[in-house]
Amino acid sequence: MVDEKTRTPRNKRRTPEESSIDPAAIEMLTRADLMGIGTAFSRADGLAPCNIGAVGMCCSLCAMGPCRLTKDGITGVCGATIDTVQSRNFIRSVAAGSAAHSDHGRDMAFTLKAVANGEAEGYRIQDIAKLRNIAAEYDIPIKDRAPEEIANELADLYIAQFGQQRGALAPIRRAPEKRRKLWEELGVIPRGVDREVVEALHRTHMGDDQETEHLMHHAVRTALADGWGGSMIATDVSDILFGTPAPVLGEANLGVLKDDMVNVVVHGHEPTLSQMVVAASQDPEIIAYAKAAGAEGISLSGICCTANEILMRQGIPAAGNFLQQELAILTGAVEAMVVDVQCIMQALVTLAERFHTKIITTSPKVRIKDATHVEFDERHALTIAKDILKTAIDNYENRGEIQIPDYKNSLVPGFSHEYINYMLGGSYRASFRPLNDAIMSGRIRGVAAIVGCTNPRIQHDSHHTAITEALLKQDVLVVETGCSAIASAKLGFLLGDAALDRVGPGLREVCETIGIPPVLHMGSCVDNTRILTVLTQMVAEGGLGDDIDQLPAVGLAPEWMSEKALSIATYCVASGAYVMMGGYNPVEGRGDKVPDSVLVSAHISDGWEEMYGARLEFLDDPQEMIRRTLNHIDAKRAALGLPEYDPTQFGHSGDARFNEMEEAIGEAPLEERRAALYGQVPTI
Amino acid sequence: MSRYIATRAIRGANALVGEAEVMLERALVEKGPDTPIAFPNTAYYLPVIFGMMGKEVEHLGELSEILDHARSLLHPTPSQEHWTPYLGETLDSGMATLIAAEAIEAIRYVYGLQPESKPGFESAGGTSFTSPDMNGGDGQSPNGHLNGAIDDIQLRSWGIQLVDGRMPGFAAIVGCAKSNEAAVQIVRELQRRNILCFLSGNVNGRSIIDQLDEEGVELGYDTYTVPFGTDTISAIYALGFATRSALTFGGLKGGQAREILNYNKDRVFAFVLALGEVDDLKYAAAAGAINFGFPVIADTVIPQILPTGVTTYEHVVSMPWNEIAGANDSEKAEQLVQKCIEVRGVKIQVADVPVPVPYGSAFEGEVVRKADMRAEFGGRDSRCFEYLKMVKLDEVTDGKIEVVGPDLSAIEDQGSMDMGILIEVAGRQMEPDFEPVLERQIHYFVNGASGIQHIGQRDITWIRVSNKAAAAGFDLEDFGKILHARLHSDFGAIVDKVQVTIVTDPDQVEARLEEARAAYDFRNTRLADLTDDAVDEFYSCTLCQSFAPNHVCVVSPERLGLCGAYNWLDCKASFSINPTGPNQPIKVGRVIDPVRGYWEGTNDYAKAGSHGVVEELAMYSIMENPMTACGCFECIMMLIPEANGVMIVSREDTSMTPAGMTFSTLAGMAGGGIQTPGVMGVGKYYLISPKFISSDGGFKRVVWMSSNLKDSMSEELKVVAERAGDTQLIDRIADERSVTTVEELLPWLEENNHPALTMDSIL
Repeated sequence: MVDEKTRTPRNKRRTPEESSIDPAAIEMLTRADLMGIGTAFSRADGLAPCNIGAVGMCCSLCAMGPCRLTKDGITGVCGATIDTVQSRNFIRSVAAGSAAHSDHGRDMAFTLKAVANGEAEGYRIQDIAKLRNIAAEYDIPIKDRAPEEIANELADLYIAQFGQQRGALAPIRRAPEKRRKLWEELGVIPRGVDREVVEALHRTHMGDDQETEHLMHHAVRTALADGWGGSMIATDVSDILFGTPAPVLGEANLGVLKDDMVNVVVHGHEPTLSQMVVAASQDPEIIAYAKAAGAEGISLSGICCTANEILMRQGIPAAGNFLQQELAILTGAVEAMVVDVQCIMQALVTLAERFHTKIITTSPKVRIKDATHVEFDERHALTIAKDILKTAIDNYENRGEIQIPDYKNSLVPGFSHEYINYMLGGSYRASFRPLNDAIMSGRIRGVAAIVGCTNPRIQHDSHHTAITEALLKQDVLVVETGCSAIASAKLGFLLGDAALDRVGPGLREVCETIGIPPVLHMGSCVDNTRILTVLTQMVAEGGLGDDIDQLPAVGLAPEWMSEKALSIATYCVASGAYVMMGGYNPVEGRGDKVPDSVLVSAHISDGWEEMYGARLEFLDDPQEMIRRTLNHIDAKRAALGLPEYDPTQFGHSGDARFNEMEEAIGEAPLEERRAALYGQVPTI
Repeated sequence: MSRYIATRAIRGANALVGEAEVMLERALVEKGPDTPIAFPNTAYYLPVIFGMMGKEVEHLGELSEILDHARSLLHPTPSQEHWTPYLGETLDSGMATLIAAEAIEAIRYVYGLQPESKPGFESAGGTSFTSPDMNGGDGQSPNGHLNGAIDDIQLRSWGIQLVDGRMPGFAAIVGCAKSNEAAVQIVRELQRRNILCFLSGNVNGRSIIDQLDEEGVELGYDTYTVPFGTDTISAIYALGFATRSALTFGGLKGGQAREILNYNKDRVFAFVLALGEVDDLKYAAAAGAINFGFPVIADTVIPQILPTGVTTYEHVVSMPWNEIAGANDSEKAEQLVQKCIEVRGVKIQVADVPVPVPYGSAFEGEVVRKADMRAEFGGRDSRCFEYLKMVKLDEVTDGKIEVVGPDLSAIEDQGSMDMGILIEVAGRQMEPDFEPVLERQIHYFVNGASGIQHIGQRDITWIRVSNKAAAAGFDLEDFGKILHARLHSDFGAIVDKVQVTIVTDPDQVEARLEEARAAYDFRNTRLADLTDDAVDEFYSCTLCQSFAPNHVCVVSPERLGLCGAYNWLDCKASFSINPTGPNQPIKVGRVIDPVRGYWEGTNDYAKAGSHGVVEELAMYSIMENPMTACGCFECIMMLIPEANGVMIVSREDTSMTPAGMTFSTLAGMAGGGIQTPGVMGVGKYYLISPKFISSDGGFKRVVWMSSNLKDSMSEELKVVAERAGDTQLIDRIADERSVTTVEELLPWLEENNHPALTMDSIL
């Protein structure tokens, strides 16, 4: 039974199998169809994207418009040309993305300050070593000082980054020297996070900055304020407060929901509340309360990047990525979905009304009509978390018929750059040398960061996994964050076991040597800064050039949808990484009709390559993305003078031969077994 | 790692740390926490623990904290499926293994269980053997037990060979070879390449030490094969040696773990050769060794770890013995050793010496006992001399080897005969001054042949040929073959033609000896004339910079290098051989202060060569800007302000000195390229130089010196005493037989009228 209103005008309604490749998602989409419930997938089918807005040819910045510049030579009422309009739209998106990440970072810094001053209930500084390391980077004295004292000073420094008016953002100093010099020459070093965002909005106001290069220049500065500012601060502080991630065993997909427990799903992006919900869910009082309500206990899981935050640190299961927020509710088994900020669909509330699920908003910044609001306040964090859980438990009795898909996969997340450093050499010899060596020898052909959202206009997870799967076979080491990582988790790529038969021979050797999955889950989308840090450390380790743009590395966001993704893409390109985004190009224009409408696209690809050594491209064909990734990696390898990729040379390490021998001689007499250790006697 | 290796190594590490904890607990009860613990003759405490943790462990009780740290490095073994990464965890567990192993050996020393007893074992030089003072006194003989830990003395005496590449590295051999024959061949192959062999471990109770011992292979310092012990735990001494290399020559301090490990990875060409079945503990110890950048090569099927990074090349390589190409054990051994060298990236040059016995520096220290002797030349019953002279190119036929007179067969068993070895060399770059330089190499060249012992030089040469060598077909012309091959390979840049004549005919011996003696006299005179003032170039020696990056020796005619191995002529020859090598001429330039020994050229060079660490260098003073040292000095001099003089401690002396420190402890202050007024490392022949601390008052400042210096250099010191105008001078100098504290020293000096007491204040 299909709701007529959700049909697409062109009658292009996709089946569940066409909508997603994830069996759990397919099962829930089928259930939605049966129940006559619409989801983002069906709404996407029913609502064709605006073909003018999608390619950036509409200006709605003032009341003289909106102006649709769909013909050659047409300008806006004010005379704005097509490229000005596209640039302004682009930079506004970047500003919004940068603002979202950075505001997250600001809140983290304030939390750090509160914890340092003993004003935050239930929190403590969990990673004192990282606190000291980071403080030392900024020349904050650490000797003979209490962690709280150091944290207080670091928090002040970090808080100041947002309102700073002049100079350079403090974390910029972590970038490779050559890159910093380039930014300095180009004048794109951010002065203060808020200043760049405000200036982006100012410049794009009617009648201000109206030159593409100049506008896009500030897009870079605004994005750098995210990647080397707000986001980096967010990651740093999260690690300090909640612990730097290290590998743990976790699970992902809707099958993690429990039929006999109170299911609480946290969704959004910030770890502040969710960490406290984790703590509260283990409280005996709460467990007893849940049991009194007839449940076996509380089962916590996450959606989107809040999921990643608690998955990376505590191994709390991830129920799914962005497009699974509605599907989780569709199981009927979720007592409460607790949301904070970013990527929370308003549709949740209407959907939840069909079930017993309570949607609880918690951020002072985010309310949704008809949702329950329990405002989070770090001063009473634990109390609030417990109250939320009690609300969920009280709701357990209202649960109706449920259908939890029996699909879940194990995964090992937790690859902070600190852990990567450790895993490559232990406490005494930690370094990036083995990684650089592996790339230089060609065991690892290159590195791809596959990140970003899922988007209902693309078959859910399909591009992420197609690209991941193909690159792994080509010995490309993949690092992932955000919703992309959860997509790979669902295919088992985040397990060391996967390394053995689904990746190229050289990469397999490396994975088996270290014990890593071929795809490293590095965190939430705000943690893309961890990737910047890894790239920087690879440069510093030596042998792969002296700047990020020389590395055989590529960034991909195959199913992106949010403005944050544009900010991330921009700061990555400005940092020297070639970035390919899937699907729709917000500045694509219509070259056939309006020749000048491709100028901005050319600027962010050819123009930025000239300036930053890296391009930003939008491609809707995953095969083309794979092809370009490999071409880019091989070209960078050649430029570095590294040997041409040749997988036939590798694959001779590992346990396989030994295990075969063990198996063959298994129960043989001792003498025979001993003799077998010396190998095969050659037959003459 | 591989998951299999990780599992076994982590399991082994957990077991060993547990074992160490139990042993310590028991020892604390039975012996008490204040019981001193130490390895013999080392200034580096328990060296791995000192290096990695910076802890100066001297008492049993202090080990508790050490083992707590080891435990903190342990991890659970990886899961069978859905594992979390294990490489870093395994390396940490490996480090825990090393710490626990060292703690265990230290406890065993307390119980007298180290060095390991092996009744009937005869050592070819070992820890207690290097100190003449230890041989009798405390009942410790080098025989009847394995070696245990290597002492600092041996470490330093190998130092120059390690740094100049003669000794390319060491092999930590653990386990038991497939057969005795294989064991012998593997060790022979390593010896042939001058790679030091550290032996330990066993497989099912049989150790390679047993195998080699059964086959009559001489084991000990002198043959580059050190039997540590027959369990895997004793392999820790290899890593103690490696750690101390970094501390001694690299100028690193205890606790600089990362630097020490990287130093080893980059500069110490060592590897682990695992023979036979590898058990948990061996995997664990191997994981520890990989922290040092030392790869592991096994002669059995084990999982391979080929990606690089923690080690320079592959981490773990499996080369199953049966699968090695080769017709016999000897060929297989060669392949295996080749592989080890390749995996570690060791650069080795082997001179192909066509003699019927094994050949290599590892055999230099072999002793031929009277009972094993076929014949001897020189010594008590006959005369033997050697003389190398430069001739014109057309006066010599390269490769011509002639024996004039009867050969070995003419001598009765254990008999002797007169012999002269005459070498004529010619070359466009050859100079008469290089004659003694090349001639002095005869000792090393001839000694390199297994079963041949060479002692002395010039007309006091004494050569023995063993029964074994004779049985293998060694005869007199082989001396010629050795010298021809080695002179070409080592001095090819200055020597184009080499002709050797071995003279045994009595008349000829007489005539040629006359000729040689005339040449010796001429050279002596020339050497006496060769003073610092007579030349306008000194030489730098940066041979040790690969090990001690900021140290630089300035070698002048009257001051040889502190290692004793390079004098001015050696450096000059070395420069001719390799104009871009470690010995470069230093134009002394303008004299700044002839008394203290400052020249513009030497100062400039010191600054540049030490990378700015040393600003100025006084050639003739210990008190003001003295020469720095790497770590391979023969003697240490140190100011004794109370006595207004200096003391000189020889490397071989392990006894207490009036400075309140033994040589080992003093060496820690003198090495590493640091300029410390009042402390200096020197070559022992500098003591007899007229320029010996001449600006501080010269030899008369010496108030104490190790007795073995007095004994071994008595003739030379007599000359020094005469030059000083006091024939009794040497007797006025105290030694460890008379004085071991500064309190005893002063009255003793007064009693013996030592001139320093009435000299100007040295300060």
